[in-house]
Amino acid sequence: MELLSPVPPGWGGSLLRGLLSSVEIAVGAFGLGLLIGICGAYGKLYGGPIAKDLWAVYTTIVRAVPELVLILLLYFAGTDLINRVLVMAGYEPINISGLVAGILVLGFVQGAYSTEVIRGAILAIPQGQIEAARAYGMSPILMLKRITLPAMLPFAIPGLANLWLIATKDTALLAVVGFNELTLTTRVAAGATKAYFTFFIAAGALYLLLTLVSNVFIRRIERWARRGMPSTAGA
Amino acid sequence: MSVDAPVMTPPARAPSWLKPHRIGLLAVALALVIAATLFMRWDWLPRYYGLALQGIWRTIWILVVTCALGIMLAVPLGLAQAAGPWWLAAPARGFCTMIRGTPLLLQLWLLYYGLGSLFPQFPWIRHSELWPYLRQAWPYAVLSLTLSYAAYEGEVMRGAFAGVPRGQLEAARAYGMSRWKIFRRIWMPQAFYRALPTLAGETVLQLKATPLVATITVVDIYNVAGRVRQETFITYEPLLLLALVYMVITGIIVFLFRRLESRIPVKIG
Repeated sequence: MELLSPVPPGWGGSLLRGLLSSVEIAVGAFGLGLLIGICGAYGKLYGGPIAKDLWAVYTTIVRAVPELVLILLLYFAGTDLINRVLVMAGYEPINISGLVAGILVLGFVQGAYSTEVIRGAILAIPQGQIEAARAYGMSPILMLKRITLPAMLPFAIPGLANLWLIATKDTALLAVVGFNELTLTTRVAAGATKAYFTFFIAAGALYLLLTLVSNVFIRRIERWARRGMPSTAGA
Repeated sequence: MSVDAPVMTPPARAPSWLKPHRIGLLAVALALVIAATLFMRWDWLPRYYGLALQGIWRTIWILVVTCALGIMLAVPLGLAQAAGPWWLAAPARGFCTMIRGTPLLLQLWLLYYGLGSLFPQFPWIRHSELWPYLRQAWPYAVLSLTLSYAAYEGEVMRGAFAGVPRGQLEAARAYGMSRWKIFRRIWMPQAFYRALPTLAGETVLQLKATPLVATITVVDIYNVAGRVRQETFITYEPLLLLALVYMVITGIIVFLFRRLESRIPVKIG
């Protein structure tokens, strides 16, 4: 147990720092994914024929290829591409931090899934509400803010909650490209002390705690988003 | 006003997905593929051809074995949660929550490094018949992927078992079927039909989880791509080909499940 103590001879502090960076990446990736998802859902529903097809290609490919492969591909190709563009434009090549790269890559992956979730949720809104908003002469942005987003939220929350939980667990994949989040920290600690079970179970408990705490908040957000709607059998 | 408006029957022509803009997009895609074949380096392919086929075979093998074993575990897990007494339902739910709440990579490393460092300490394990297998990496890969699939599918099967209408089971009981026969003929098939579309998606997710086994030295197709990258310093080409391989396998899985779904005789409400 003294191995897990938070002061330096123990590894508890490192594990907690790892958890913190995992959460940072998950929050960033989920937020970026939401942004991409809203754009993607709009593109798929209301975009022109070419935009529709391009978004379909994006969601199909990203959902068919393993996250690990995408992470490697985007991690290497992305940093390489940005540096080449910078050099061509006459700037010094920059070193992209693991945190930013991780957020961008996981956000790109999450975007494909949240596109589908949000598209389904927008389709579940009674279409009369959107037609009414149009009839009032609302601009598309105002309609998004006042009608579409609030009305789709109750339908989107179960799917988005799932995506959030997936995002927290997908951060572990960044261990493979050498980013120091919880899983890699755990492996380093376990390798150094040979106490494999202690550390992996401790890290598992941290992830599980994150999931359970998230579930509490998700339930609260869901109740808030569904306020004023008829109750269902499930709730 | 005419009552029967003339029904417009469009004349037979190109399939509906082939619209003018699609031809343009296809041309762009084709140009990209040709550019990739011409300007990228593929000279490593002949050398790694055999290894790649072996890797693909191993990926598919792991996928099939873990899905088959996982679904066998998932049925009792789902049944215990849907209809079991509390002392069966509670551990089943706990198992599903625990596996679904932690990353697969962590579980894999826990089993491989944890058990792998624990086993050699017991002489009777080292002298047992199983030891040659326990020293390899793939049993740990299969075990952890199976447990993961079982936990996710246990949750799916719970919903599916609970979703079968009560009346069906009551009717079966009224016919005098035994409990086992009700399960085999009524409950189980209907639950499977309900779960099938979800299972298709989950199987694709399982395929996408298989490259994780490369981190514990199982030589699947992902590992082969990594080896090409290390030995030839070619970064993008193996990864692009790898993505293509996974997309093709995904396509095959989706196709097979669609065939399976189309065999369901009636639509159940």
